[in-house]
Amino acid sequence: MKSFASWSATAAVTAVMASQAFADGHALSGDLVIFSDMSNPAPRAVMEGMVERFGEMHPDLNIELTIIDREAYKTQIRNFLTADAPDVANWYAANRMRPYVEAGLFADISDLWAEPEFESLASTRGAMTIDGAQYGVPYTYYQWGVYYREDIYNELGLSEPTNWEEELSNCQAIIDSGRACYTIGTKFLWTAGGWFDYLNMRTNGYDFHASLLAGNESWQSDEVRATFENWRTLIDMGAFIDNHQSYSWQEALPFMVEGEAAAYLMGNFAVQPLRDAGLTDDQLGFYQFPTITEGVALAEDAPTDTFHIPSGAKNVAAAEEFLRFVVSAENQTIINAGDALGQLPINANSSVDDDKFLNEGFAMLSSNSPGGVAQFFDRDAPAEMAAIAMEGLQEFMVFPDNLDDILARLEDARGSVY
Amino acid sequence: MSDVSGRITPRAQRGWYKRNEIALTPWLFLLPGVLFFAVYVVFPILQSFNISFYKWDGLGEAEYIGLKNYTDLMGDRNFEISLWNNLRWLILYLLAIPAGLMIALFLNQTVTGIRLYKSLFFFPFVISQVVVGLVFSWFYLPDSGLLDSFLQWLGFDGLNVLGNPNYATYGIIAAGLWPQTAYCMILYLTGLNAVDPEQVEAARLDGAKGWRMLWYVIIPQLKPATFIAFVVTIIGALRSFDLISIMTNGGPFGSTRVLSFYMFEKALSEYGFRMGYGAAIAVVLFLIMLLFIAYFLWSMYREERGR
Repeated sequence: MKSFASWSATAAVTAVMASQAFADGHALSGDLVIFSDMSNPAPRAVMEGMVERFGEMHPDLNIELTIIDREAYKTQIRNFLTADAPDVANWYAANRMRPYVEAGLFADISDLWAEPEFESLASTRGAMTIDGAQYGVPYTYYQWGVYYREDIYNELGLSEPTNWEEELSNCQAIIDSGRACYTIGTKFLWTAGGWFDYLNMRTNGYDFHASLLAGNESWQSDEVRATFENWRTLIDMGAFIDNHQSYSWQEALPFMVEGEAAAYLMGNFAVQPLRDAGLTDDQLGFYQFPTITEGVALAEDAPTDTFHIPSGAKNVAAAEEFLRFVVSAENQTIINAGDALGQLPINANSSVDDDKFLNEGFAMLSSNSPGGVAQFFDRDAPAEMAAIAMEGLQEFMVFPDNLDDILARLEDARGSVY
Repeated sequence: MSDVSGRITPRAQRGWYKRNEIALTPWLFLLPGVLFFAVYVVFPILQSFNISFYKWDGLGEAEYIGLKNYTDLMGDRNFEISLWNNLRWLILYLLAIPAGLMIALFLNQTVTGIRLYKSLFFFPFVISQVVVGLVFSWFYLPDSGLLDSFLQWLGFDGLNVLGNPNYATYGIIAAGLWPQTAYCMILYLTGLNAVDPEQVEAARLDGAKGWRMLWYVIIPQLKPATFIAFVVTIIGALRSFDLISIMTNGGPFGSTRVLSFYMFEKALSEYGFRMGYGAAIAVVLFLIMLLFIAYFLWSMYREERGR
């Protein structure tokens, strides 16, 4: 069986190398076990649709799909990867996959990335690479940015800010009208991580930010302090809603819907609930987080969700073929459409669905993000550092005076985590 | 002894089991329980002790680091916060016992519909802790919550109980007291059924009433109920987890953590990869519990010997 699997793996690879048409005709058989965390209604339908289409292409293959609740998946993955690994599993890019890569639980799929079709995924190659090898393939990503109430901006005669001065004067005008500039819910901490990502990338640039989260810069450095200084300007103005430490990100949405807050720094997944709550595309706008330090190249957060082959996979040939299918331009167009995931495809040859926010996000990430693309605070930093740091960020947003103490704590954690 | 064996010798053809039946049977009955207890309780405890000496992310190789996890705990501010919060839980949770007693005394009368009132008071214990947590977090919600509306109606400033590191733990304990009081109440209600009416009668003839009657006549007779109430409350306080997870998720900035929650965060949560450190926290929590459990066992043992 084992020799058969390795034989068919080599066969599959050579087949694809030789000709795409031949690969399509190549028969896969046996079982393909897939574990997925796409448990919300829309992603679930997408995942089931993908399996169905892949199954039609390979009728001899018996595909077993198990969908696990997205939150529960985050802790279960440790168990199933070590105990009874599936052939394909969902996860996230960058540092989030590092523990599994270092423990040898994700298979090295650099040979797959060496195939010509994978060149259209070049934008995320870095996020899938650890120590020079690739360990997974991306299927979707989404932009972060400021979603704002266009009608409120119009009412106050404001325009989308492009630099920090405009940002602050806009914000002052919004506060003077009795609203908060930004809604945010920091109960589960990560939303504060998004703010830090943007403020730090705009103040000090992508490279410094990446290096800080990789543990190579001090949290007590002047650069970090400058970032917090900018943040503090907003906090002292009263830019954020009160009591944000008690809300989840969803619970912070009504402030924006009811017009008590004018904007929300969020990922594109916030659009759907805002539309569901009754905001039309005329009321809802999007702008890129404004420049803070002149001359610092703009960089964005765009978290990437991925598929991996565990090292314990039994049907590697089928798993690799499934990954090729996932990243294909056609599939990525289908699964990221507005009526499916409503996000951005990774494959450069895919087309983006005609949606106001997807178009803006795609344009921003493909042409106006010269500094680089970060994953997200808790995906770029090691898990333990992220947990400690995001707690400090939340504390800073409530008690800005504790900054020295917080930074000392983070610096201390940096010493022990890395 | 010799004459016993003498009587048995004629029937020596009986099997080995038959001969030892009296001695063996209790063990056979105990065996399933002992086996499960050993596999699911004793062995994991020993394993936790063992893991606490390692640095292990739950995936790769474990590295032996001796007592380093424990020395790290000594300097860990979050551990200190959790320990203090555990103490707050322990002390304030005990309020459920007198509160439960009061309600039980109040409900221990015969009027129409008393069964309904009793079940209404018992209701919070029946519903899940998760629901209790949700209800209370809505109650505490800033601006729109019931508590906030009430305070504003009285003319006070609004108070974000769960968002304030100084009040959040107390807010959660208050939520926990609601079902726990109901539990203690039901224990006392059954206890009150067993109170000897003749003694009450005799005390009344001697002129005892009110507080003196309660303190010298009723409460001593409720001692078994008090003991059980004490045990379940202490253990309930030490294993508080659900309410914290639902109401604040340990926040704001970690100020409502207790040991069990901190252990979960460090070892098993989304960002937790420090199995050894989590195990060390678990060991500390276990030792604290052991103190109480040993005391309970000891007083139970003494009780039984006294009879």
